[in-house]
Amino acid sequence: MAEKRESTFINMVLVLFVVTLVASAALGGVYEITKEPIAAAKLAKKLNAIKEVVPAFDNNPSEEAYKVGINEKDTLEFYPAKKDGKLVGTAVKTFTSKGFGGNVWVMVGFKPDGTVYNYSVLEHKETPGLGTKMVKWFKPTDPAREKSSIINKNPGTVNFTVSKDGGDIDAITAATISSRAFLDAIRTGYNEYMKKNQKKEEVSNE
Amino acid sequence: MSNLQHFTKGFIKENPTFVLLLGMCPTLGVTSSAINGLGMGLATAFVLIMSNMVISMVSSQIPDKVKIPSFIVIIAAFVTIISFLMEAYTPTLFIQLGVFIPLIVVNCIVLGRAEAFASKNKVLPSILDGAGMGLGFSMALTLLGSIREFLGSGKIFGISLYSDNYGMLIFVLAPGAFIALGYLIAIINRIKKA
Amino acid sequence: MEFIIIIISAIFVNNVVLAQFLGICPFLGVSKKVSTAVGMSSAVTFVMILATIVTYLIQKNILDPFGIGFMQTITFILVIAALVQLVEIILKKVSPALYQALGVFLPLITTNCAILGVAILTIQKNYDLMEAVVFSGSTAIGFGLALVIFAGLREHLDMVDLPKGIKGTPAALIVAGLLAMAFMGFSGIV
Repeated sequence: MAEKRESTFINMVLVLFVVTLVASAALGGVYEITKEPIAAAKLAKKLNAIKEVVPAFDNNPSEEAYKVGINEKDTLEFYPAKKDGKLVGTAVKTFTSKGFGGNVWVMVGFKPDGTVYNYSVLEHKETPGLGTKMVKWFKPTDPAREKSSIINKNPGTVNFTVSKDGGDIDAITAATISSRAFLDAIRTGYNEYMKKNQKKEEVSNE
Repeated sequence: MSNLQHFTKGFIKENPTFVLLLGMCPTLGVTSSAINGLGMGLATAFVLIMSNMVISMVSSQIPDKVKIPSFIVIIAAFVTIISFLMEAYTPTLFIQLGVFIPLIVVNCIVLGRAEAFASKNKVLPSILDGAGMGLGFSMALTLLGSIREFLGSGKIFGISLYSDNYGMLIFVLAPGAFIALGYLIAIINRIKKA
Repeated sequence: MEFIIIIISAIFVNNVVLAQFLGICPFLGVSKKVSTAVGMSSAVTFVMILATIVTYLIQKNILDPFGIGFMQTITFILVIAALVQLVEIILKKVSPALYQALGVFLPLITTNCAILGVAILTIQKNYDLMEAVVFSGSTAIGFGLALVIFAGLREHLDMVDLPKGIKGTPAALIVAGLLAMAFMGFSGIV
């Protein structure tokens, strides 16, 4: 083992400088190496979420994506899914701040007429075992629970609020706040989607 | 102490979680499921092994007064490396563990081993010490995660053992972390005394 | 309104110790007496607000413009460590009385994950500077509240006759669990 270095000022500065330099260089290297896999992983996750909520498509929705700001900070993201150049559905990344534990992010797919095709909850901090049920609750496979489903319903004709508040959708048992939040997110997505869609139609009519 | 003992002491005798009570934040924060506990444990083990190795190699060149800051930089570098690797290759786990990954930096186990062991020992024992402590920590977190996941949702590693309708929700929530760990330490205290 | 939500959320609903599990070490370590708990909380409040402001400015003015966000962890922990040292030196010179009261807690703060945690969370939550100050301040108050209540409980716990195995840390943890349960009652109010 080498002789222990004295704690002189120059030694201290030198050692700290070298240590930090080497560490930063190493980090920069790893950052460069992992940059692509990280981007790829994020893209794959997004594409999977989109695939889940819209009918089969053959374009790259994230290339044609557009964003709509709804207030200063927050934006919704729209991913049009097309097959043979025809719009088959749009995945909307929407959210609500009314969740029990903060923001809830949902990817919801609308057919061109605004009917809900499917949804996928991206991120939430709801109570485990109660609010977390939203992941599956609103797309039941059991026909007896049809009233809690939002699949194949159109927020334009069906009232997307919980039945307790006079709406048409049954809330999650013991998690009304989470259910309200969830439906709020879907409605926000629907409203922005319709706004955007109508504008486009007007443009194409001209 | 033989090399084998350097390695195995972290398992039970000096288990960082149950005996030394170090690194409590991640222990309580991420153990709502077994897989989260295991992931966190292994990430910490990686940082422990690497930082122990590097520190044991360079510590003789570092003046005493800047020892701690230098160690912190080395540890923080490895923490950032593991967080990039996890973001790239285990993105789901990365999101689940969230802020607790950068917080490995302030996990008292890592700096504690660097200061108490790696800076005074040669490379091989330091690596073994880091590996032993890391595995001990991983075991503790996986055990606590399994217990909480089992009691809370009837699953272990996501495999259902009984219907989650009967799960005691409180165990996957914040209070359950404290209570489960409290009883676990009590049981281990009892076993050690017997 | 925005600020009130941040304050209530940080103190009660997402209490830093009882819901987010940050700063558990001092929570278990210096909670045997109410008086030390008060001292610790003041020191944490002081450093937490200061550290959040400094790290926030560094992130926005140095790390972001140069695209070196990957240096975040290293920079933040070094800044916090340096800041704690600085506070200690200044306090010693300027106000010996305050130093007497808080001095012993300061070295412990560097490894308090609540400080680094809040600094990182502030960046993740995309707060502006004012919100960051409010957020760190109320998080610190939440920390103090939990710590002081817990210390009060533990003072009484010492007098209780418990089975040997459960005495000490296990009992403290179980009590902390019950306290966390009480704080769960706040969830959903914002």
